[in-house]
Amino acid sequence: MSLKVENLTIYYQTLRGDVRALENATFNIEGGEIMGLAGESGCGKTTLGHSLISLAPPMKYVGGRVTLGGVELPIWDTEKMNEFRFKDISIIPQYAMNAMNPIRKIGKMTEELLRARKVDFRALLPELKRRLDLVKLPHEVLDMYPIELSGGMKQRMVMVLSTLLDPILLIADEITSALDVASQKAVAEMLVEFRDEGCCKSAIVITHDISILYQIADSILIMYAGQLAEKASTETIIHSPRHPYTKMLISSLPEIGAKYSEKQLAGIPGKPPLLLDPPTGCRFRDRCPIAFEKCTEVPPFVEIEKNHFVACWKETGNDA
Amino acid sequence: MLKLDRVTKIYRVGTFGGKELHAVSDVSFEIKDGEVVSLIGESGSGKSTIGKMILGLISISSGAISLVGKDVSALKGDALKEYYRLVQGVFQDPFSTYNPIFKADRIFQIIHNEFYPDVDAQIWNAKVDKALKDVGLNPEHVLNKFPHQLSGGQLQRFLIARALLLDIKFLVADEIISMLDASTRIDVLNLLAELKKRGLSILFITHDLSLANYISERAIILYRGCVVEMGVTEKIFNDPRHPYTQMLMASVPRLDQKWDEQVNVESMEAPTGTTSGCLYYDRCPLAFEQCKQRPTPVEIEADHSVACWKVTEKRAQ
Repeated sequence: MSLKVENLTIYYQTLRGDVRALENATFNIEGGEIMGLAGESGCGKTTLGHSLISLAPPMKYVGGRVTLGGVELPIWDTEKMNEFRFKDISIIPQYAMNAMNPIRKIGKMTEELLRARKVDFRALLPELKRRLDLVKLPHEVLDMYPIELSGGMKQRMVMVLSTLLDPILLIADEITSALDVASQKAVAEMLVEFRDEGCCKSAIVITHDISILYQIADSILIMYAGQLAEKASTETIIHSPRHPYTKMLISSLPEIGAKYSEKQLAGIPGKPPLLLDPPTGCRFRDRCPIAFEKCTEVPPFVEIEKNHFVACWKETGNDA
Repeated sequence: MLKLDRVTKIYRVGTFGGKELHAVSDVSFEIKDGEVVSLIGESGSGKSTIGKMILGLISISSGAISLVGKDVSALKGDALKEYYRLVQGVFQDPFSTYNPIFKADRIFQIIHNEFYPDVDAQIWNAKVDKALKDVGLNPEHVLNKFPHQLSGGQLQRFLIARALLLDIKFLVADEIISMLDASTRIDVLNLLAELKKRGLSILFITHDLSLANYISERAIILYRGCVVEMGVTEKIFNDPRHPYTQMLMASVPRLDQKWDEQVNVESMEAPTGTTSGCLYYDRCPLAFEQCKQRPTPVEIEADHSVACWKVTEKRAQ
């Protein structure tokens, strides 16, 4: 087992009180697993991803344990986490286009980055070049400034940098959202190739685009308003979801071939609750068509079938 | 009703404006009454430039845009204002469309003062209420609020309601749902389809192929400022003929099937610089000698045109 998250709770500190962005998240990621993390904006998916690697104010650690490869991560301690960052856990940030130092040549920047982690650049150079070949970038990019690269090339360069030390867990935050469909496909497939090549042992892919996840992820975790809603294999989430939110979310996606004139899709009425003072119980309650009295209590995130977790009273039954 | 005839936009770039960038070259198409046409292309393909030229926000280098037979590219003063009674645009980012200092419904007051100064305030308020209800908003919930108190979907619907108050005939919708969440974007799409039923023509600019397919009757595929393929949406999506369109269709992430063949990554990026030949030449797997000349769209079947020598050559045989 690669990553184990237990009861992780993260709030944001604001002048008006705590925003409960993530509550009691418990899930596992197996070695070699690419887990997609999806949900609407503000559901806490980026909070979850970032809290694992860089938990900085206004983010506030409230409770929970994170174990990576058998070692507990001190995610509440920014200083102690330095030992794990980049080596064991790494991230491809959302705006990878702007992630590189604009006044350093890329090779020089990489060297400095590695020196900061006490890794010998020269010894790693052949491997770096091999990885550049893997993402089809010419070796000359190391002598170029970031401005000389196109957006897609920068994205691929950052992918190579992030995974250079073979992290156990790679967090990819919305890496395909700013790209065109063709580059989107290329970047997504490279991520899978990186996993297959062992450049990262497992990955969390954060995105709002579920159709991308269907292409590359092994499992999908759906979040709603700071709570985990459902986690299962990709096929199960897409074809036989159990949580009412997942069901409505999947059915509101226009597929190729769906046309308004033939079949009208419906959105989900209402909007997510504010997390400053969220309602008690299941947070999807107000928008849920099948909500009943029991939903005023927080539903537990339980395994209803092997590797299929759902947080819904209707699915787990009253006896759970 | 709206017709573009060989519209071209050239930007001057470089330190002293010494270089030329052909953002849009020789684009011609027509949009009929009550029709939704999708304009599809990757970033930098000139799709937003076309939208802005239709709205008169940027000038046209050559060619003509006409609305019901009247040339609109040189309108000024009162004539331009009359044009805006008929044609309006809604853009990608609803948050930056509003002035955050003022309440969001100020946009309705501006329309009132500018276009309908003779209408009594009470009658006007009733009209605003009706327009808001038409776009699926409850006036009591959304009026008298600042932009930050409303969601992106609500603000976007506000802008559509504003356009409806003017009783427009043509709407330029430039990436209006790409900023919205999956659960609300479909509602805005359905709203556009509703408006279409009332005779509104819409130019739906997007890079998302599945959204385009959902809403439009006709689609236009742009590549580096040129039309490569256009026609009835079903034909473009089910039977793409241009190699670029075929590559696009193969790259769309779908929920009913997985990606099959590998897209060649080296040819991923659109090259820059000018060429007199086919703009897709460098990336095209089928390119041959004749492609050094620029192909023009040729109708290969009823309402389906392709600009590719390979396709038209096959047909000639």
